[in-house]
Amino acid sequence: MAPITTLHYLVVAAALFVLGVVGVLIRRNVVIVLMSIELILNAVNLNLVAFSRMWGNLHGQVFAIFIIVDAAAEAAVGLGILIAFFRNKETVNVDEIDLLKW
Amino acid sequence: MPNFIMSYLGSTVTPGEAGNQFWALIYVLIIFAGVSVAVIAMNWIERKALAHFQVRLGPMRVGPHGLLQPIADAVKLMLKEDIIPAEADQFVFWVAPLIGLLAAFTVYTVIPFGPSQAVSDMNIGILFMLGVSSLGVLGVVVAGWASNSHYPLIGALRSSAQMVSYEVAMGLAVVSAILMTSMNASGTGTLSMIGIVQAQQQQGVWFIFKFFPLGLLALIIFAIAMIAETNRAPFDLAEAESELTAGYHTEYSGLRWSLFMLSEYAAMIAVSSIAVTLWLGGWMRPFPNLLHAPAWDFIFSLFPGLTFLGLAAIAFIGTARMPSHSFFKIQRIGLAVFAALLGFIALLLLVAAVAGRSADTSLAARFNEGIGYVYWFVLKVAVFMYLFIWYRATWPRYRFDQLMKIGWKVMLPISLGVLVVTAIVGVIAS
Amino acid sequence: MNPGMNAALNSGMAPVATPWFFYVLAGMAVISGGLVITLRNAVHAALALIVTLLSVASLYLMLYAPFVTGVQIVVYAGGIMVLFLFVIMLVNIERSSKEHRFNRIWPAGLAAACVLLALFVSAFVKGRALFADRGMPLPESSNTQQIATMLYGEAGKMGQYTFAFEIASLLLLVAILGAVIMTKKKI
Repeated sequence: MAPITTLHYLVVAAALFVLGVVGVLIRRNVVIVLMSIELILNAVNLNLVAFSRMWGNLHGQVFAIFIIVDAAAEAAVGLGILIAFFRNKETVNVDEIDLLKW
Repeated sequence: MPNFIMSYLGSTVTPGEAGNQFWALIYVLIIFAGVSVAVIAMNWIERKALAHFQVRLGPMRVGPHGLLQPIADAVKLMLKEDIIPAEADQFVFWVAPLIGLLAAFTVYTVIPFGPSQAVSDMNIGILFMLGVSSLGVLGVVVAGWASNSHYPLIGALRSSAQMVSYEVAMGLAVVSAILMTSMNASGTGTLSMIGIVQAQQQQGVWFIFKFFPLGLLALIIFAIAMIAETNRAPFDLAEAESELTAGYHTEYSGLRWSLFMLSEYAAMIAVSSIAVTLWLGGWMRPFPNLLHAPAWDFIFSLFPGLTFLGLAAIAFIGTARMPSHSFFKIQRIGLAVFAALLGFIALLLLVAAVAGRSADTSLAARFNEGIGYVYWFVLKVAVFMYLFIWYRATWPRYRFDQLMKIGWKVMLPISLGVLVVTAIVGVIAS
Repeated sequence: MNPGMNAALNSGMAPVATPWFFYVLAGMAVISGGLVITLRNAVHAALALIVTLLSVASLYLMLYAPFVTGVQIVVYAGGIMVLFLFVIMLVNIERSSKEHRFNRIWPAGLAAACVLLALFVSAFVKGRALFADRGMPLPESSNTQQIATMLYGEAGKMGQYTFAFEIASLLLLVAILGAVIMTKKKI
């Protein structure tokens, strides 16, 4: 088998990214949309760490750590917003979150 | 191929570092077998010790003094009917005990029983252990949800909230111990488990005694947090039978319930191993630097054999004290055989200790050294296990709001304070 | 065999059975990612996401990034996914398991994703030479210490990312406040 190069990891990261984008665009359940966003962030992290290995320094890994911190903060606030909305309208369907429509 | 297998035997690194998959697999199998035996023994000791604390005898009938009771329990649980609630989510119901089991057992890959007796010494050893034990929370949450019933769901939410809250205090106590590993000449610490014990060896002091009383305070915080983390008394509200009808594992019967119990005991042993490695010097015998002469080395190397000799003596006394009624004949014979087995192991260890005192690189000396490392580690972990049982027998359990209040309002500020003061003292002392 | 791989082999740190592990872990990650976006039950999707996160953590381990692996397991799989499971249990209503999984305009979303995929594929095919493995060895035994130097700095000078580290802590404080305020019943 061919040795595993950086390109292999980039392909996996791209596949995860596209799957995450499909999930954000297609699903109705808000929680699953948020989980697809986590998929996208993981794909970006994998990309960064693969490039950090390719260049031989640790900047990519440090950036990946910051992205993980950022994802934690965003998941907390996003789920808080979801819970606050669910208290008002009793639904988690993206199509029904349209209170600001004129 | 045999060269690959034999080439590891003389090395001084872990199989992971040497890249030897065969010996890593052997170590994994040994650890798995050892932990299973330890869980079985722990089950027996818990029932007997709790009984003696409560001035009764505990199981006495199944084997001599109830020694075969855990095996009988295991067989009974395997033969019980497997009940799955009607509306339960089948796949998730089946997978939930496995998540807890995987989380509890994966931790053992980085626990060091000696300077090269670990499956693999990862650079991030302690971080890996904290992370994988926090995966156990997922098993609890999913188990409660999959049962599709009120009591398990509430029990699971309470149990996981408690575990997550005390993980914070646990992590901060661990960080203050890691901080102490960097108080050396080069100023860099290490997260690897073997590195932490070697740092204690280089600095000549177990971290429980370092910067007294800061190390002791950190260990106390970690000890309290690990009891809450493993849902043991006095923090066992989520699984106590009088409160929530056994909490998140209410709907699990038979073998699935025994998997939960297995993962709980394995997690107890794992977090006790973390406490022993970080604060109590891991595999080191007491006073390694103070009492350094070869005579002291020999005396301390006799301890494994003497311990088994003591256990064999206790078993012999038990045999002698058994009533001579014919009803007890089989039990007498069984206990005598057990005592003889313990005595044989004691003899083996004493012979190895005596034979290994002379040369430094002979097989007996290396075997003796390895046995010594594992013995001291297991002894310290056993002390923590006994403390778990003692707490369960002695203290009433906390109400859930009191539990959460302690976790966030008492443990977190104290552990933060210990961390900051350790850092300040470390900077001043260097 | 590029020189980097020989260097790793000579220093005794060569990973074992790398292609096999890579394909298994990458397959697990992509298949679980597909399950996340297609499963009807939200708890099943959360479990599939946990499998994805752990496979990606193992891929980090293969890329000589053990500290990022540890942070991923502790924060992502052990923290964020517990949060997701709690929220799914709070908002899981029977109605959501009986209605359609996908939007009304799902063909448009799928087409947009296909365009994105085509863009990625063309970038990889055309720029294949850019991603050559330069063979820089990354020492694994001091990874944490080096990341700590970059984040915290050494004696007497600030690290490269110290300022960003402080900003990240402020970000986490804002997130804590936001989560508390969002879920209060009366603000």
